[in-house]
Amino acid sequence: MDYFDRFAIPHPSPAIYASMVAIGLTMIAIVIGLTYFKKWGYLWSEWLTTVDHKRIGIMYLIAALLMLFRGGVDALMMRAQTAVPDNKLLDAQHYNEVFTTHGVVMIIFMAMPFIYALMNFVVPLQIGARDVAFPRLNALSFWLFFMGAMLFNISFVIGGSPDAGWTSYFPLAGNDFSQSVGTNYYMLSIQIAGIGTLISGINFITTIFRMRAPGMKLMKMPMFTWTTLITNAIVVFAFPVLTIALLLGTMDRLFGAHIFSMTNGGMDMLWANLFWVWGHPEVYILILPAFGIYSEVISTFSRRNLYGYKSMVASIVIISFFSFLVWMHHFYTMGQGPLSNSIFSITTMAIAIPTGIKIFNWLLTMRKGKIKFTVPMLYSVGFIPIFTIGGVTGVMLGMASADYQYHNTMFLVAHFHYTIIPGVVFAMLAGLTYWWPKMFGFMLSERIGKWAFWFIAIGTNVAFFPMFFTGLDGQARRMYTYSEATGFGPLNMLSFVGAIGLAIGFALIVYNIYYSVRYASRDIGSDPWDARTLEWATQTPVQSYNFARTPQVDSIEALWDLKRNGKPVFQGEIEKIHMPNSSGMPFIMSCIFFAWGFSLIFSMWIPAIITTIAIFACMAHRSFEKDDGHYISVEEIKATEKDWEVLNDENR
Amino acid sequence: MSELFPRKQVMGFVFSLVLTAAALTVYFLDLSFMAAMTVLLATAFVQAGVQLVGFMHVGESEDRTMIYMNIFYGVAIALFTIFGTLLILVWDM
Repeated sequence: MDYFDRFAIPHPSPAIYASMVAIGLTMIAIVIGLTYFKKWGYLWSEWLTTVDHKRIGIMYLIAALLMLFRGGVDALMMRAQTAVPDNKLLDAQHYNEVFTTHGVVMIIFMAMPFIYALMNFVVPLQIGARDVAFPRLNALSFWLFFMGAMLFNISFVIGGSPDAGWTSYFPLAGNDFSQSVGTNYYMLSIQIAGIGTLISGINFITTIFRMRAPGMKLMKMPMFTWTTLITNAIVVFAFPVLTIALLLGTMDRLFGAHIFSMTNGGMDMLWANLFWVWGHPEVYILILPAFGIYSEVISTFSRRNLYGYKSMVASIVIISFFSFLVWMHHFYTMGQGPLSNSIFSITTMAIAIPTGIKIFNWLLTMRKGKIKFTVPMLYSVGFIPIFTIGGVTGVMLGMASADYQYHNTMFLVAHFHYTIIPGVVFAMLAGLTYWWPKMFGFMLSERIGKWAFWFIAIGTNVAFFPMFFTGLDGQARRMYTYSEATGFGPLNMLSFVGAIGLAIGFALIVYNIYYSVRYASRDIGSDPWDARTLEWATQTPVQSYNFARTPQVDSIEALWDLKRNGKPVFQGEIEKIHMPNSSGMPFIMSCIFFAWGFSLIFSMWIPAIITTIAIFACMAHRSFEKDDGHYISVEEIKATEKDWEVLNDENR
Repeated sequence: MSELFPRKQVMGFVFSLVLTAAALTVYFLDLSFMAAMTVLLATAFVQAGVQLVGFMHVGESEDRTMIYMNIFYGVAIALFTIFGTLLILVWDM
C-alpha cells in the first residue's frame, strides 16, 4: 500500500475530485468523438506528425488558450478566497498550490506558447521563407512543450501540485519542507518544456539569419521579426541557466544532494540567484515579442510607417543586454550589502530608458496618423497607459531602499500584473485578432471584440489597482486569508469584482470565436487590414509552401510598397519547391519524455532507465534516418495558385 | 606532400593534450587552492580557444564577424553572471 500512497492527493477536496471526474470524462469524450467521426487518421497525418510552421503555430495557440483558462480559473479561485476576511473556500495548502500553479501555468505554459504560436505562424511568412530552418526540430519543440505542460497539469490529480510558489525557493522547496511529489513535478515538467523552448530559440535565430528573402537586410526586417530574433537570442543565453538550476534542484529532490540545502555546505540562496538569472531575462522574452506586435499593429492602423525604426532596434538590443544585468532586484532583501543593492538598483533604472524610447516612438507613430480603432489597435492603445503605471511602479520597486517596504506585498503583485497583462496578454490578444484572418480565413467580430476589450481593460484596473493600496498597507502576497481587523476586506472584494470582469472578457473572446466561426464572412481576401508586411502577400489560408515565388524585398514594408508604389515583389518563373516530410518521431519522442518525467517524479527507477535509453534510441534513429524531403511540382503549384489573384506585377 | 599534411590540426591536437596534462597535474601536485584554480582556469580558457580556432574553424567562414560577436556576447553574459553571483553571495554578503 505504501507504494501507491504517493500517487494519492495529499490534500484532497471535493473540487479536486470533481476535476478528476471532469478530466476522465473529457478524455473519454475525445476518444469517442475521434473514433465516431473517424478522425484518428486525420489527426495523426495532418497534425500530430506535421512539421509545417503554420500548423505548429496553431497547435501552440490552442495549447496556450487552454492554459490561459486553466491559469485563469486558478486566479479566480484566489480572488474568491481573499474576497472576504477569514474565508473558508480554500484551505492554506490548497491556496498554496493554486498560486503556485497559477504563476507557472501563466508564465511558462500560457505566455511562452502564445508568443511561440505567433512567432511560428508569422515570422517565416514575414521574412518570405517556406518554413523555419529546422522544421522537424520545430515539431519537437512544440511536442516537448506540450508534454511538459500536460505533465504539470496532471499534478493536481496525481500526487499533488507544487506548493512552494512559482519561484519555488529553497529551502521551502526542498525535501524537508515540501514532502509531496509536487515540487518534483515543477522541476521535471518545466525542464521538459524548457528544452523545447531552447531548441526553438536556436531554430528561430537560424531561420532569421539564414532564410530571409533576397534583399531583406537585417535593417529591413519588420519589427516583429526583429523582436523575435532578439527574444530568441535571450532564450539561448538565459534558458541554459534554468536547465542547470532545475537539474541541481532535481538532484536535491530525488537523489538527496545538498546543493540548495541549508546544511552540509549547501547554499539555499543560490537557487534564488540562479532562478532570477534566468527569470529576469524571461520577463523580456515575454515582453519583447509583445513590443514587436504593437509596432506592427500601431503602424498598420495609424496608416504610417513606424517612427524611429533604428532607435526601436537599438532599444531592443540594449534591453536584451541589460536584461541580464538586473536579476538581483528580485531579492534586494535577502541580506546582501548596500554595494550590490546599489549596483543592481542603477542597472534596473537604466533599463527603463530604452523602454521609454519605445513608448515615445509608438506615440509619435500615431501622431498625425489616420488611426482606425480596430480591436488590435484598441489593445495597443490601451497598453500604453496601463503599462506605464506598471513601469512607474517598477521604478519605485527598483529603488533598493524603498523595496524593503514593498517587498513581498500585494504592491509587488499589482506591479507585475500591471506590466504582464498589458505587456503580454493585451499583445497576444492584439496579435491573435490581427493575424486571425491569416490563420483561419475569417475575421473575428469587431463588435464582440470591443466589448471583450473593455471588460478586460477595465477589469484589469479594477482587479489590480486596489492591490497597490492594500500592499502599501501591509497585505503580504501569498497569504491565504486575513482577519477583518486588518481592513483589507473591501479593497479585496473590489479586486474580486475586477477578476470577474476579466473572466467575462475572456468568456466573450471564446464566444467571439464561436460566433465568428458560424457567422463571419469567408470572403475577406488575403489582406483584410490593408497591412504592410509580407505575411499578407500570400493566399488565405496560406499554401503549404507559403510563397509560389520567392519574394524580392527592398524595404521594411514590402507589401505597402507593392500596393502603393507598384514595386514588384514576386518575379520570375515558378519553380519546383523543396519541402520537408512529416514525421511522427517528434511526437513519439515527446511521449517518451512524458513517461520519463513521470517516472522520475515518482522515483520509479526502472521505467526511468528504460525511457532514458528510449530517448537516446530516438536520437540515434534520427542520426541514421535518410530523409531528403519532397518536391512540389510546378503543375501542382500552378493549380493551387490559379484560384487566387496573385499579387504580382501584372495585377498591380 | 607537405601541403597535404594537416600540420595545424596535429599541432592543435598535441597542444590540447599538453594542456590537458597540465590541468591534470593539479590533481597530483599538492598545490594551494589559489594556485590550483589559477592553473585550471588558465588551461581551460586556452583549451577552449584552441578548440574553437583549431577544430571548430572559427574565423574561416564569411560570417566570422557574427560568430565572434556571438562568442563575445556569450562570454560577456557568462562573466557578468559569475561575477555578479560572487558579488551577491560572497563578497557583499
